[in-house]
Amino acid sequence: MKKVTFKQQLLMELGVTLALYLFFQSLMSLGIINSYWRGIVITICINVVLTVSLNITSGFLGELALGHAGFMAAGAYISAVFSKSIALIPSVEFPLALLIGGLFAMFLGYLVSIPTLRLRGDYLAIITLAFGEIVRNVLLNIKLTGGAGGYSSIPKYTTFTWTFFIAAACVLLSKSLINSRQGRAIISIREDEIAAEASGINTNYYKKLAFIFSSFFAGVAGALYAHYMGFLQPAYFNLDKSIEILVMCVLGGMGNIMGSIISASILTILPEALRQIADYRMLVYAIVLIVMMLVKYAPQFEGLLNIFKPKKEEEA
Amino acid sequence: MDTSKVVLEVNDLGINFGGLRAVDSLDMVIHENELYGLIGPNGAGKTTVFNMLTGVYPPTDGTIKLEGQVINGKTPHEIAKLGIARTFQNIRLFKNMTVKENVLLSLGAHADYNFFTGIFKLPKFHAQELAMEDEAMRLLDVFELRDDSEKLAKNLPYGKQRELEIVRALGVHPKLLLLDEPAAGMNPQETENLMRTIDVVRKQFGISILLIEHDMKLVMGICEKITVLNYGAMLACGTPEEIQNNPHVISAYLGE
Amino acid sequence: MSGVVMFFMQIINGLNIGSIYALIALGYTMVYGIAKLINFAHGDIIMVGAYLSLVLLNTGMHWSLATILSILGCALLGFTMEKVAYKPLRKASRISLLITAIGMSYLLQNSFQIIFSANPKPYPAFIHLPALKIGSITISSNYYTTFIVSVFLMIVLNLYIKKTKMGKAMRSVAEDEGAARLMGINVDQTISLTFIIGTGLAAVAGILYSNCYTIISPTMGSLPGIKAFIAAVLGGIGSIPGAVLGGFILGMVETLVKAYISSQLADTIVFLILIVMLVFKPAGILGKNVKEKV
Repeated sequence: MKKVTFKQQLLMELGVTLALYLFFQSLMSLGIINSYWRGIVITICINVVLTVSLNITSGFLGELALGHAGFMAAGAYISAVFSKSIALIPSVEFPLALLIGGLFAMFLGYLVSIPTLRLRGDYLAIITLAFGEIVRNVLLNIKLTGGAGGYSSIPKYTTFTWTFFIAAACVLLSKSLINSRQGRAIISIREDEIAAEASGINTNYYKKLAFIFSSFFAGVAGALYAHYMGFLQPAYFNLDKSIEILVMCVLGGMGNIMGSIISASILTILPEALRQIADYRMLVYAIVLIVMMLVKYAPQFEGLLNIFKPKKEEEA
Repeated sequence: MDTSKVVLEVNDLGINFGGLRAVDSLDMVIHENELYGLIGPNGAGKTTVFNMLTGVYPPTDGTIKLEGQVINGKTPHEIAKLGIARTFQNIRLFKNMTVKENVLLSLGAHADYNFFTGIFKLPKFHAQELAMEDEAMRLLDVFELRDDSEKLAKNLPYGKQRELEIVRALGVHPKLLLLDEPAAGMNPQETENLMRTIDVVRKQFGISILLIEHDMKLVMGICEKITVLNYGAMLACGTPEEIQNNPHVISAYLGE
Repeated sequence: MSGVVMFFMQIINGLNIGSIYALIALGYTMVYGIAKLINFAHGDIIMVGAYLSLVLLNTGMHWSLATILSILGCALLGFTMEKVAYKPLRKASRISLLITAIGMSYLLQNSFQIIFSANPKPYPAFIHLPALKIGSITISSNYYTTFIVSVFLMIVLNLYIKKTKMGKAMRSVAEDEGAARLMGINVDQTISLTFIIGTGLAAVAGILYSNCYTIISPTMGSLPGIKAFIAAVLGGIGSIPGAVLGGFILGMVETLVKAYISSQLADTIVFLILIVMLVFKPAGILGKNVKEKV
């Protein structure tokens, strides 16, 4: 009986994914979603990948990672170099480029995860920040990719279909990860590292796993971005970009994948839809961060949040 | 009486913190299915002994053998997998995970489906997850926690949190279970129930239990063998009757 | 210019930027020691101090009054920031506190960007003393003033923390908040005072910095802020002498790397130092190791 629910769940997830795809695809072929909005939908999908993958380290593992833009940049540049120097048919070259972007970022993610074995919390956050800045600085100094001037004429392979299915894969795989024994191990480290060890969890291994998983998808997102824009500049991948992804993650709820999807969508559309507030974007982000934290974690505001929360029976 | 199998053997165990000798030349032998008490006043080094046995602190000298295998120098998770599980004095549950997930976590350390099997939900994942879920529910039944299985651990009342910690430790499939003041903060009625359950657990799972307790009377009631620590050194070791009549113990406890 | 003179010039440059890092690092280290919080917005206080003093100087106010008012303004900001954003979260997880601090930093940067525009503004430097000449080396007044003021403030702060009652209260709160509370120390007041002093020092750093570089912008504080944090970590976070030492080491390393290795890679090297330091000696040069209690 239960075996069926597992299968049903899987079928349902795939069904919803396919239905969503067909929905968007038909709106696009009917011209209801024009090419401008198609671009926004693609950006949303890229942001979903970034936000959900950041959520693995920041929300589930519980380590504040401030260098997500660095992984993205690494994936973007390496994949762009690959597809500019190799001439295969696009349907082979592009997936390879995505994979290479992901794998390279994953390798860097592995390197960044090494300090996590000794450090936690604030110090680790600073290390990830330093990592992001190093990546950007190094990119500024690499001649092959044009340094600060930027890297142009990257083949524009990124389509809605590719982006959508990669975002869906990222979401579904993250969800499965969280519900597997590996995912529970990752969450248990956030909750209590010492108790996790005492329960037989190799915490070092799972910390690395979380970072590798997260950076892989950040790299893939970077590769998608590179082949969507056709042009890359190190300045794009600055601390602001990492913070922007963090804001999406925080607004949707740390450790909430569905929330990440929704907030990535909202925070992508909002500045586009309301051009006049675009200048205030970073200011709004700042306020979102502070208010979210206060409302969620400050005892003074606890009552405020309960108004929105449906009453749970377990609290009775 | 000493014919049964030895589970844990501790020889000349000691640890220094800076210049301080926290525990000094401790010897201890725990047999299969034995309920063993470790008592002593506050600051006697009881929890430090637990931390050494579970690999949290590497001992400065001495050896710890689990079923004949030397385990000092191993990491806490290795020791857990070899068969020593524990609870903590100041409850350390995974508060924002459900009661069931707390148990699944420790059971999961024994499952062997790999990362890719997990994220792609391959058949082996399903089979092992279902088996783990069944076992988790059976373990929760021991402490009548089944009905709470979907609650967040932090929403359990205090006494049940302590019990859940024991269930989680049982999920490690221990040979030896270390309980650090399991009755702390409970009323006499709850304490009595808990002690009865601990005894049931020991018999049902066939494991040995090492219990830290503050309350002499309680330990005397259920433990078969007792070691008394004072200022990090072993003051006495023996059956409850022997301990009760030991002049050192009497003066240490009544002298204060 | 001969190589030796050039080298001495670089050393002086290093001392100059180092003393600014040290001043900022003091605030970081005090706040971290007491509130266990990396106050990301600390670097932006430099910027606030610079803009406040710019606005006041532009009204024709005498520089001394403008400086005092800017310091007071920043101190008030630090006090408010702590009360509004950090205090309610004192019991919450470290990660939520850190996110709030990042939010604060961005809030300051972006509100100043909206008020003053993102474009850099010229700053009317007011330190005009005769330059110092040692042999063929000329040291401008900005440089030695920065150094002297910073060292003076560090000595005063060190004495304050060691000798006065409030200073002792700060140390005991940093050591063990619960115990300090039991001893009758007003913890809230002590934390507020720490923020006030820390942000006040940052304002001084901001004004000195602006006098040296004479151009200010809303994002001017973020990089020196991060570097000062690195300095605090390098010296051992929570340690006052450590912050000073770390500030000078960092200023020196950065200047020498810029001069002799690569100006573009200077930041990369500074960040690498941080990573190596944190991985191998997270307690810093003068800090103490703390282990989690089980």
